[in-house]
Amino acid sequence: MSDITKQSLSELVENIKSKKLSSSEVTKAFVQRSDKSKELNTYITEDYANALNKAKKFDEKPNLDLKLPGIPMAIKDLFCTRDLRTTAGSKILNNFIPTYESTVTQNIWNEGAILMGKLNCDEFAMGSSNETSFFGNVQNPIDKNLVPGGSSGGSSSAVAAKLTPITIGTDTGGSIRQPASFTGTVGLKPTYGSCSRYGIVAFASSLDQAGPMAQNVKDCALLQEVISTYDEKDSTSIDFKRNEYSKELTKDIKGKKIGIPKEYRVDGMPKEIEDLWKKGIEYAKDCGAEIIDISLPHTNYALPTYYIVAPAEASSNLARYDGVKYGFRAEGENLIDMYEKTRSEGFGAEVQRRIMIGTYVLSSGYYDAYYLKAQKVRKLIKNDFDEVYKKVDAILTPSTPSSAFKIGEKTNDPVSMYLNDIFTVPVNLAGLPGISIPAGHDAKGYPLGLQIIGKAFDEQNILNIAYAMEEKINFKNNITDWWIK
Amino acid sequence: MSKNKSEYLINRHDNQYEVVIGLEVHAQVTSESKLFSTSATKFGAEPNTQVSLVDAAFPGMLPVINEYCVKQAIKTGIGLKAKINKRSVFDRKNYFYADLPQGYQISQFKDPIVGEGKVILDMPDGQKEVGIERLHLEQDAGKSIHDLDPKNTFVDLNRSGVALMEIVSKPDLRSPDEVNAYIKKLRSIMRYLGTCDGNMQEGSLRADVNVSVRKKGSKDFGTRCEIKNVNSIKFMQMAIEYEANRQVDLIEDGQTIDQETRLFDTKKNETRSMRSKEDAHDYRYFPDPDLLPLEISDDFIENLKSEIPELPDEKKKRFIDKFKLSPYEANILVSDIETSNYFENVIKKSDVKLATNWIIGELFAALNEKNLEISESPISAGNLSKLINLIKDGTISGKIAKTVFEQMMEGDKDPKKIVEEKGLKQESDPKALEALIDKVIDDNRDKATEYKSGKVKLFGFFVGQVMKVSGGKANPQLVNEILKKKL
Repeated sequence: MSDITKQSLSELVENIKSKKLSSSEVTKAFVQRSDKSKELNTYITEDYANALNKAKKFDEKPNLDLKLPGIPMAIKDLFCTRDLRTTAGSKILNNFIPTYESTVTQNIWNEGAILMGKLNCDEFAMGSSNETSFFGNVQNPIDKNLVPGGSSGGSSSAVAAKLTPITIGTDTGGSIRQPASFTGTVGLKPTYGSCSRYGIVAFASSLDQAGPMAQNVKDCALLQEVISTYDEKDSTSIDFKRNEYSKELTKDIKGKKIGIPKEYRVDGMPKEIEDLWKKGIEYAKDCGAEIIDISLPHTNYALPTYYIVAPAEASSNLARYDGVKYGFRAEGENLIDMYEKTRSEGFGAEVQRRIMIGTYVLSSGYYDAYYLKAQKVRKLIKNDFDEVYKKVDAILTPSTPSSAFKIGEKTNDPVSMYLNDIFTVPVNLAGLPGISIPAGHDAKGYPLGLQIIGKAFDEQNILNIAYAMEEKINFKNNITDWWIK
Repeated sequence: MSKNKSEYLINRHDNQYEVVIGLEVHAQVTSESKLFSTSATKFGAEPNTQVSLVDAAFPGMLPVINEYCVKQAIKTGIGLKAKINKRSVFDRKNYFYADLPQGYQISQFKDPIVGEGKVILDMPDGQKEVGIERLHLEQDAGKSIHDLDPKNTFVDLNRSGVALMEIVSKPDLRSPDEVNAYIKKLRSIMRYLGTCDGNMQEGSLRADVNVSVRKKGSKDFGTRCEIKNVNSIKFMQMAIEYEANRQVDLIEDGQTIDQETRLFDTKKNETRSMRSKEDAHDYRYFPDPDLLPLEISDDFIENLKSEIPELPDEKKKRFIDKFKLSPYEANILVSDIETSNYFENVIKKSDVKLATNWIIGELFAALNEKNLEISESPISAGNLSKLINLIKDGTISGKIAKTVFEQMMEGDKDPKKIVEEKGLKQESDPKALEALIDKVIDDNRDKATEYKSGKVKLFGFFVGQVMKVSGGKANPQLVNEILKKKL
């Protein structure tokens, strides 16, 4: 079957279950396509031979009751994988091979999926364009020299280019939804506490969440169902009743109240984003939803708050990379010298910038003015959402204030880069679930996404809304395979 | 302020200085596993054999609170008559060091698990109350070993992540003796509770000592210096004495004291500056986002209260009220849980007064000589009880009992058997004694004459002779009576 890689996850699962396809056939197809797609630079570490072996073993004794039977999958290189190098996109971990498996990936393998390799990402997930990776830029399959978004840029690129049927990313301030939006794919950031953080290289502990990135909403729901489990090894994991998201998926959203927050009409927002949003509102209405204007008054403060909280936590989380125990070490005259050289050479510029910001905002004399105040504002932002959720079931916004930009376009302007997260960070600060679905193209033909934000633990509801709107939108990604010679 | 004779003051010229001391005691929580991981905590294991991925801070590893350690901290708080905080928060204390794998220590900063409490000290001139400021839980660091290699430092992470209770006193201590009493009392309470073994040699109990001085009568505190990580009471006392005198000398010399952290050099017996206030670390404390605030219910606390054993202060009161011990005796017997258990076992079947004297006197001296703890005593409580009963019922004299006791110390033997085997039973038959006494008087005719002519001091000589002849077995009371008649 030559069109294996064009199939969605749900189709592949169906075909393997009905024995129309073997895991080996599927794995081989994705491995071959991945191998021909090196120019996209999506992979940091390939594990093709092992993947093909595992597929063979699966076929010898296939367990077709599993949810992801023999499905090959490449994943973001922020998840620790036993015996396979895990770098977090950083030089400082470029030789690190975990002896343990993250809970989220373990859940995936438990359902029969097979690891193909580790996907590129911004260094320690800090970035919105995948340009901070030690392992180089990732190309967006939409167009040459276009960023795939970040930090899960390798993941979004790989799904859009069909190098993997589905993948997982992590989202601290938009790192799943923004790259999904830039590549015309679907990305879900679950409620904080839904997916275990155990074994995921930490960026900002109170914001980080793993989530599925897929070609469509149904695939996304299926993977969410697999990865979301309560985990005693993560003290912030929440023990709530999880749905069988893919089984309970429905397009019937009649009467659902969807809020449109006026504060998301930011200054200088391109008209095509405004238009996309209007179109989205019409689609939602077409699906039978009721549109309600709402206000989230503290939205303006979300970005500055995020850029205090996230770097603060990161500055502490990244202290463990000191050259003493594992990873990269630069020799030094003494301990302090070794620390300085290791961390100067091991971390890239963006990571160093955030460590410095974080160290500054936590330092004595500044803590109250920055970190403590940011925590208070964070609470206000959360209260805004709590208040509107008394009136609405979900919120509809654009995913990003623009479409994908060119590689190098914003690298010298960190603030403009940070502005990319303006619609996504409030969701992380409030710990809510949010999903980005492709909803149209801009003038250049680049994809644009809409974001649906839900109540905490209400993934099912936003998946349903996304599922219903997906059908009305009928989005088609325009990918020419330009990188395959 | 008490004006008693044991007041500790430093005199210089015409000035008298009072020493103000506060302690931050680090007590290792007695627990099979670490504060945030399941690694073992056994002392003395091979380096790096009790280290989990969490303790070594591998990427993506997360701390999970050990409920047992929380219970231990709350129990200790109850033992210190302290307020238990139903909500407490774990913070990160950030600094870089090779034996701190995370690059931060998880501690409690603004919201500790235990608030204000108190400890009562029994000083020679009465009781003294020392305030407890707080108790919080935190992780211990690993150990850097600098002397195994000329160029490299070795790191042992066995201790990394072990649970510590930091117990901070108010600046209520005024002398090295009070510090001694405070540490011992704290140790005693925690050993009663089973929350810390108090073993200072193994580092289970160590302290930072804050010292300042002020002119006697002054209400204001002087500038304090913190002496880091002193691990024996003796060194604490020496460090305080040195440091207080150093500060007084500076003041008398017209100089000011710099607030700083100092180290105690045990070889030179002096404190040395480690870092000044300006060089102090900025630890950038903030709530650990990997851990939720610790919330404890009333039931949880009540359940723990019901597990609290009788503590030294209550036990002392009971010993005084019920057994009529003196406060001095009671203090000694309750100072250690093992001692008080031993005592209570002895008196189950024997006389309290005799038991008290024998334990505090003979037993303690003998154990001291052999450098043994009471838990290692060769004489079991049961056998000491038997010995006391032999004295009480007149079977042996107190003097013979000492001989028997010595033999019991050589190996836990039944005193009755020793008495029988060695024929040490006391001679209380008046006729037999009369015969002995007659012989002694007969052998010492000249002395008897002298006695009768008024040299009454010689009575002691005759008692001694009779005892000697009897091989110490004669009942001394009867010997006295009969001798008086005969002479």
